[in-house]
Amino acid sequence: MATQILLNNIEVPGLTGIEVYRKLGGYAAVEKVLKTMTPDEVSAEVKKSGLRGRGGAGFPAGMKWSFLDRKVDKPRYFICNFDESEPGTFKDRHLGSLNPHLLIEGMILGSFALGARTSYIYIRGELFYILNILEKAIDEAYRSGYLGENILNSGYSLDLHCHPGGGAYICGEETALIESLEGKRGNPRIKPPFPAVVGLYGCPTVVNNVETIANLPWILQNGGDAYAALGTQSSKGTKLISACGHIRKPGVYEVEMGLPVEEFIYSDQYCGGIRNGNKLKAVIAGGSSVPVLPAELILRTDRGEQRLLSYESLSVGGFESGTMLGSGGFIVLDETACIVKNLLTFARFYHHESCGQCSPCREGTGWMEKILQRIENGRGTSKDIDLLVHISKHIEGNTICPLGDAAAWPVASAIRHFRQEFEDHVKLQKCPLSR
Amino acid sequence: MSLIKVTIDNIAIEVEPGTTILNAARKIGGKVVPPAMCYYSKLEGSGGKCRTCLVKVAQGSAKDPRPMPKLVPSCRTEVQDGMVVQNITSPEVLEARRAITEFLLINHPLDCPVCDQAGECHLQDLSYDHGLVETQTIEERRTFAPVDIGDKIKLHMNRCILCYRCVMVADQLTGQRVHGVLFRGDHSEIGTYISKAVDNDFSGNMIDVCPVGALTDRTFRFASRVWFTKPFDAHRDCPKCSGETVLWMKKDQILRVTGRKDKYGELESFICNDCRFEHKDPKDWIIEGPRKIERHSVIGQNHYEINKERKSDGGF
Ligand SMILES: Cc1cc2nc3c(=O)[nH]c(=O)nc-3n(C[C@H](O)[C@H](O)[C@H](O)COP(=O)(O)O)c2cc1C
Ligand code: SF4
Ligand code: SF4
Ligand code: FES
Repeated sequence: MATQILLNNIEVPGLTGIEVYRKLGGYAAVEKVLKTMTPDEVSAEVKKSGLRGRGGAGFPAGMKWSFLDRKVDKPRYFICNFDESEPGTFKDRHLGSLNPHLLIEGMILGSFALGARTSYIYIRGELFYILNILEKAIDEAYRSGYLGENILNSGYSLDLHCHPGGGAYICGEETALIESLEGKRGNPRIKPPFPAVVGLYGCPTVVNNVETIANLPWILQNGGDAYAALGTQSSKGTKLISACGHIRKPGVYEVEMGLPVEEFIYSDQYCGGIRNGNKLKAVIAGGSSVPVLPAELILRTDRGEQRLLSYESLSVGGFESGTMLGSGGFIVLDETACIVKNLLTFARFYHHESCGQCSPCREGTGWMEKILQRIENGRGTSKDIDLLVHISKHIEGNTICPLGDAAAWPVASAIRHFRQEFEDHVKLQKCPLSR
Repeated sequence: MSLIKVTIDNIAIEVEPGTTILNAARKIGGKVVPPAMCYYSKLEGSGGKCRTCLVKVAQGSAKDPRPMPKLVPSCRTEVQDGMVVQNITSPEVLEARRAITEFLLINHPLDCPVCDQAGECHLQDLSYDHGLVETQTIEERRTFAPVDIGDKIKLHMNRCILCYRCVMVADQLTGQRVHGVLFRGDHSEIGTYISKAVDNDFSGNMIDVCPVGALTDRTFRFASRVWFTKPFDAHRDCPKCSGETVLWMKKDQILRVTGRKDKYGELESFICNDCRFEHKDPKDWIIEGPRKIERHSVIGQNHYEINKERKSDGGF
């Protein structure tokens, strides 16, 4: 079995309760850190670990923490981004619902390192059942003295709150999340300033993903160097991959960074191959927001190297022939899947979820959906295909937040790699794969 | 504080630190000023949304000469010493602006012939300058029924470009904002939730800041095309506001009262509803003289010219 940091105990009965969690070594990192380390030492370990943000962008966590404005005389906030709403991404809910104390322990460690006295877990509104699990666990942590005043007599105090969102994907974007947490409409802010300087209530703030935070207990227990020994050159540690689509064994897997994509898809330890022995057609490797790649390019790069599950390997080839690790939502399509139809599903999602602040995303996402709908329904023209390229090109890079890019990239890449299939829809005036 | 130097379309200018690219360009004036459909200098936090003002930063600063990787909103990007900006000298910027204009128009009803804003509409101006000749859409447009958002204000949501200016005016000028943006994406709408709720002494300014015909003056509704009226600067002694207005007259009749707008369409000062809606008798005003309006398409009469470059790619 490969190294497991996050999911090793996930099947232990009663793990959501603090008793079982502690019996398995839980809260030992908090005991160690609060008794023997300074906040700066904690940050230094995280920097050493090479941990990168697991929310999608892969920004180094230690570096993000170092940007926090420590000079102003204002409260600082640490926020956990539990808004997980990206199609194909379902790792945070798996981890957070089955091992809530791991997340809480990570929150305590991160808050201590950053000097936050009040921290928040912002959770997607639809995950109400997990909110209940988390609140119960937070209660237990208070009663056991891991939260509240003067934790473990260290002099450090922390309050932790959960806040459910109203059900908008855009509130996963960190500045929209902050707006929403402040009780406002969840529109992304125009950056700069970045949250590290002006965040929640105008105060310095760090937002990290659930999985990022859940890695902290292990890193502080075992040291940054031990974490950095796992994985590849620029992708340290392990990664949760939520695999779905036309595979034999969909589910959430923890892989060490650098696992070959081919092994991940075909090994019985992971996806178990394509259903019914079908042929692999395409993969969207990092949640719905990244470029889609055809089978040959997801298994091997254009240079013929084996493609690995890591930030750097998946992006080999740039937008021409590469993609991104993103959030780790791994969507597999076999030969029976229609690319246009799948794209339409994504386009409908982004159209529905655009906050509507900036014109390219507000207007472009709806337009793309309508055109894709037309092509899929057999009423498209070849001009429509070029029009899709035109629209995606002018959304990309011209918007306030990356949702616009996320809507544009899958469409642009699908046409780049599967143009023939679009043209077949136009030529036949119907979907060639529909029964 | 010492001034810093920025170059926009090869024209150098010195400005105070903290100045945005857009405001630096406005200091230069003329054609290098990017169009701004959402920014409003008098409204805090405005800008960044419409993306019509995107420009290219070819050199970040003297210290760090790297170009910025993406086009940036000039209204929300501060200049750095030694920054080099391209606006109309960058084909990339002009192409993006054309696309943004197209985006702003795909759901727009193009009902200028029956819109009170026609002739002084910023979206009309933008389309003259950057619009395509032919539409690429065959899709149905989103439609809403017009509503009276307040006693004196009509909302045509079909025409709204979601610049948020009216929301900011209500936030920053009046005690209690009772309207806002409901829903998301292209299904967002300006709404009061409870109908006809906008009711305060300064609500009429929402009409003046609206760049399009989404918010119009019900007391002026269909009274005349603006270009058949004559604007005059006028003032009165007003206990609530500066009392400095523009009267839009036909013969000796006042058809409409608005605030005074500068050449970027921004109010010089906000005025109260009393002046705007309740004083339509010339005897109420001291008339100073005709007001010259430069920028708008119809009032200014063909301020645009033939663009040779665009002719070749199908533009006019
Ligand atoms: C439209 C949009 C949705 C996002 N949704 C999430 C989300 O659900 N969860 C998440 O952790 N990050 C999400 N992100 C990324 C966050 O903005 C942010 O980068 C992240 O929470 C930072 O955490 P990390 O550095 O630990 O990855 C989203 C970004 C965008 C643009
Ligand atoms: S890119 Fe889309 S979601 Fe992001 S701010 Fe603009 S309209 Fe909103
Ligand atoms: S109604 Fe006018 S001012 Fe208000 S958001 Fe729409 S376009 Fe802007
Ligand atoms: S004026 Fe700058 S983005 Fe609208």
